[in-house]
Amino acid sequence: MRAGVSAILLLILGAAVLLAADGGWLRKVPEAERKRVNPFAGKPEAAEAGKILFAENCAKCHGDDALGRHGRPSLRSERVRDATDGELAWILRNGNLYKGMPSWSSLPEPERWQIIAWLRTLPPDTANAVR
Amino acid sequence: MHRTLRRSRLCAPDSTAGGEHRQTGLLLPSKSPLFLTPGRWLLILLATIAVCKTAAAQEPPYFVTYSEVLEEPGNLEVAMKGLAAGPKEANPFFSPTLELEYGATAWWTTELYVQGQATSNDSAVFTGFRWENRFRVLPTEHWINPVLYVEYENISGADKSILEVVGHDSIADLQVSNGESRKETEREIESKLILSSNAKGWNFSENFIAEKRVNAAEPWEFGYAVAAGRPLSLTGRRRGCTFCRQNFSAGAELYGGLATAHDFGLDGTSQYAGPTINFNLPHGPALGFSPQFGLNDNSAGVLWRFKVSYEVQQFRDWFRFGRPQ
Repeated sequence: MRAGVSAILLLILGAAVLLAADGGWLRKVPEAERKRVNPFAGKPEAAEAGKILFAENCAKCHGDDALGRHGRPSLRSERVRDATDGELAWILRNGNLYKGMPSWSSLPEPERWQIIAWLRTLPPDTANAVR
Repeated sequence: MHRTLRRSRLCAPDSTAGGEHRQTGLLLPSKSPLFLTPGRWLLILLATIAVCKTAAAQEPPYFVTYSEVLEEPGNLEVAMKGLAAGPKEANPFFSPTLELEYGATAWWTTELYVQGQATSNDSAVFTGFRWENRFRVLPTEHWINPVLYVEYENISGADKSILEVVGHDSIADLQVSNGESRKETEREIESKLILSSNAKGWNFSENFIAEKRVNAAEPWEFGYAVAAGRPLSLTGRRRGCTFCRQNFSAGAELYGGLATAHDFGLDGTSQYAGPTINFNLPHGPALGFSPQFGLNDNSAGVLWRFKVSYEVQQFRDWFRFGRPQ
């Protein structure tokens, strides 16, 4: 009986951890933030600048190709591609501290938008479609 | 950190001026081949950097004030902070501090400092170490972002790094010879409440410092530091460049002591202010410079500060053997 309760508790805990790691941050984004629009959307020169900024600031964890390194998430996954510009801006500004993603609020906001503009130009990550 | 009254009891200024001739322990005469001039410290740092891979930094350009920016998880920043000054009625000195800053998690940064100083016509001494921890309190960004700071210090009275000013720290501390001042060991717990805000590219940071000596019965000492800074450009350029404005940030900081729990206030304290500038070389080290000016008679005239820092990115991946890229 006690073993059964422990197993159920472990299952619930595991599911909670998986849910939290599985894009749980998206549920925290306020509606107003979600609707924000990238001022650099569709501007190729901004995306080119974003590529350089990504290489300097993000590639160490997510890889130069944004496919993720050492278990860190791919930024070409379906989840990231489906996220709105506002949601990506929110995660860049706030981070996901308890999941290892730092806040990038020290990076000027226009530079964060430029990074998002570049992410939008990337092809999908077919190997990790659900991450 | 330094206490004017106690130091004044120890000895008169420059009591051994003209040269410390002992070569025992870590007390070295200024003519010893082991005497580390600023150039030698720089060479050591550059040699360390040469074995590393890539680097970048995105910190506000402050020397004394802390912002909410923590080291990114897994990154190791190696930095050398230098301070040179020629206070009145004291020998000119140079104080290097080697920093190893590691991002343990996205909300916790831990840092080890190793310090020394070289005083002209006196000696070069190792002055001790500090272990610092910073914790981000709130999981998301707010108008004001608090960070808690706790540090253990084990430094000698000869420390001249002036990483902060608390209590009655003053110019008189710098006038004592190394031979006398290093006899005193200060073990202290220092705490800071760091408040930091970001708006329209600007960063505004305020630090409130409380320090307590643990190996002597002394009152709490207080200090403060405030700063503001901004990158010279808020947008990136489509082509990589070294000397473009986005790689520079500038600001100003003001800091000083607030005396002790017995006599809280600005009397008998030192106060400094000055402009700061940072240059982040793309995929290279970050360089910082700041002349900081004494604002009252208890302060040294000018403190010349500089910093060279280098981030070893994802240092912890070096220890993940056999895991796929």
